[in-house]
Amino acid sequence: MIKEEFKVERILFGDNQFFGVNHMSEEKARSQALKFQDINAVIDVLDDAYDEGIKVFMCTTHERIGEVCDHIRANPERYHDYQFYPCMPYAHKYANAVTEVGILDALRSFLPEEGALNAMLKGGMSLAKKDVEGMGQLLIDAEMKMFHDLQTPVIFLQNVVTDLLLGLGFKEAFRIFADHVKNKYNAEPGFITMNMPKLLDVLEELNIENPIVCSNINKIGFRMCGGIDVYESAIATRKFRPIAMSVFASGAISPQQALEYVCQQENIESIVFGASSRANIRQTKQLIDQLSAK
Amino acid sequence: MIRVALIGLGKMGLSHQAIINSHPDVKLVAVCDTSSYVLDILNKYVGIKCYTDYKKMLHEEKPDAVFIATPSRYHAEMVKAALDMAIHVFCEKPFCLDLAEGLRLVELAESKNLVNQVGYHYRFVEAFQEMKRLVDAKAIGQIHHVRAEAYGPVVLKPKGSTWRTSKNEGGGCLYDYACHGIDLVNYIMGRPDAVGGSVLNKIFSRDVEDEVYATFFYADGKTGQIAANWSDESLRKMSTHMTLWGTHGKISADRQELRIFLRDEPNVALNLNKGWNTRYTTELTQSVEYYLRGEEYSEQIDHFIQRIKGGRTDTRSTFRSAWDTDLVAAMIIKDSDSSHINADCLINQKTPSTEKNGLLASIKSLLT
Repeated sequence: MIKEEFKVERILFGDNQFFGVNHMSEEKARSQALKFQDINAVIDVLDDAYDEGIKVFMCTTHERIGEVCDHIRANPERYHDYQFYPCMPYAHKYANAVTEVGILDALRSFLPEEGALNAMLKGGMSLAKKDVEGMGQLLIDAEMKMFHDLQTPVIFLQNVVTDLLLGLGFKEAFRIFADHVKNKYNAEPGFITMNMPKLLDVLEELNIENPIVCSNINKIGFRMCGGIDVYESAIATRKFRPIAMSVFASGAISPQQALEYVCQQENIESIVFGASSRANIRQTKQLIDQLSAK
Repeated sequence: MIRVALIGLGKMGLSHQAIINSHPDVKLVAVCDTSSYVLDILNKYVGIKCYTDYKKMLHEEKPDAVFIATPSRYHAEMVKAALDMAIHVFCEKPFCLDLAEGLRLVELAESKNLVNQVGYHYRFVEAFQEMKRLVDAKAIGQIHHVRAEAYGPVVLKPKGSTWRTSKNEGGGCLYDYACHGIDLVNYIMGRPDAVGGSVLNKIFSRDVEDEVYATFFYADGKTGQIAANWSDESLRKMSTHMTLWGTHGKISADRQELRIFLRDEPNVALNLNKGWNTRYTTELTQSVEYYLRGEEYSEQIDHFIQRIKGGRTDTRSTFRSAWDTDLVAAMIIKDSDSSHINADCLINQKTPSTEKNGLLASIKSLLT
C-alpha cells in the first residue's frame, strides 16, 4: 500500500543543466556541459541549492552522479537530511548501446552479472516463462547501486522508458517497477512522462493509487501532449500527485509568469527546476515560496 | 481505422510500434521479427499478434499499410512484396541499397498510386521546416553554399558488430548518419548534380566508415559540403546542423533553434530584423498527440496516416526523394575511390622555391 502520509518536497533541484541538456539551444547545452565537466563544479551548485533550503536532488542515473553520491556519503553531517529522487535509467546510455551492439547485448552490458541474462536466455527455458520481472528487478538494482546508504524516498522511471512502455501498452512493466521500488527500497514509485493524461489512465487501471507523476507543465503548453487544456483539467480533477517540470520551457517564459502559472494550480504538489548560479536558485525559490503562500 | 502491420522490432521498430499503437486513427494488427525473444515478450505482455514470416503476415492480415524497420538490405524485397499486394508502405532509411532496384520500386509505388514514405524524420523537425519555408521565400536571397553536419556517439571503441557496422547491410556512418544530412540538403536545396572530394574514413570500425566528408556541386554554380562523424562522444546524442549562405545573409538550424542573419536590410514580410534573428523550438513546435523521443517521430507517422486517409501520395519524404538521397550516397562511395592531386606531382615539376627569382621562374615555366 502507498503510504498516504508521504509528502513530496515542494521544491526539487533538477540536473539537466549539469549534463548538457537544454531544450532550446544546443550551444547553451554545450557551454553548460563544459562548465560542469569537473564534478566539484556540480557539487558547488548543489551546495548552493542545499544552503538555500532545497533538500532534494532529482537526478538521472548518469554515471557521474555516482561521484556526487560518494561526496554526500563522505560528509554525513553536512548533508544529514539530503535526499535523492533518482530517475532511471539514463536512457541515452541504453539507446547508444543498442545502436552499437543490439538490444540483447546492450541489456547484457548493463546487468550486474554477465551470467544473469545469459541464464535467462539459455535454450530450454520455456518461452512463456521469460522472466521479465526478474530482469526488470536486476536492471533497477543495477541503476540503484550508486545510491547505497543514501536516502531515496522517491524513485522515478524516466520519460523515454515510461512513454515507450505506455505506447506499447506494456502495462505490466509499471506494476513491476512500482512493486520492486516499494518492496526493496521502501520508496514511492514515480513516473516521468510527456503524455501525462494517457499515463494517468493506465496507472488508474493498474490500481496504482495517487501516483507521483512528473510532467511538463508550463504556460505555453510546450511538450504537454494531448494539449494544455487536458493537462489543466487532469490536474484539477484527478487524484494524483503532480510534479511540474520544464516550467520555464527552457527559458521561453519569464520566471515570474512561469511560476505564477504553476503556483496558481493548487493541486500541483511540487516543482522541479535546474539552475547554475546561486542567485538564480535563490530567486526561483523565493518566487515559488512567495507565490505558494498566496 | 487504418489497419497497420510492422516488420522489424529493433530500436526504430519498437519506437514506431509505440507511436502507431497510440495513434487514434490506427489499429496495429500484427508485428513481425526474427527475434523470438522480443516477440515472446510482446506477445505475452502486450498481446499483439506476432509473426516471424512477413509474407505470411501480409497475406493473413491484409493490412492497409505496413511499416518496414528491418536492416536496410531487406528493404527492397519487403517493399516489393507489400506494393504487389497494394499495401501502402512506410520504409525506414536508407531506402534501398541497390539503385536500379530502388528506382523500380519508386516507379512501382507511383504507378500503383500507393502512399509511400521513408523515415527521414528531420524533414519533420520544425526548425528545418521553418528553414525550408524561409529559404523558399528567398529570405537570404540566392543560396550559394550549404553545409550539413551530423555528429554523435555511436562507435567509440574498436568493438561491437551489428548490421549497422556491416558494410553489405547498409551500415556505416554514411548510411546511418550522413544520409540524414544529404536528405536535408536535397530537401532544402535540391539534389546536387555532382560530388567530389569524398572521404570515407575508418576510425574504430573494422568494416565500415566512421566519418564521411564530401563536396557537392550544382549545375548553376551552387556548392555544398557534408561532414558526418559517428565517433564523436563530445555530443550526448546525434546532432545535425545545417547552414546556408545566400546573397542576403545566412541561415543555420539544428533540432532546437534556427538563426538567420540578414546582411543589408530587414525583411518585413517575413518578420526578420537586420542582423541576427533567432527562433527556438519552444516557439516553433506544436504539441503532438503522443510524444516519444521527439515530436518529429510522431509527426512523420501522423503525416503518413493522414495521406492514406486523404488518398494523397505526395508525402513529405517519398520513395523518390529517398532514392535521390541513396543516389548521392552512391555518388560519394564511387567518388571516394577516385584519385586525388598528390603534393608530389606538383613538387616534382620544377620547384620554384629552389630557384633564384622563384616567382618569375615559375611563371616562366608555366609559359614554356
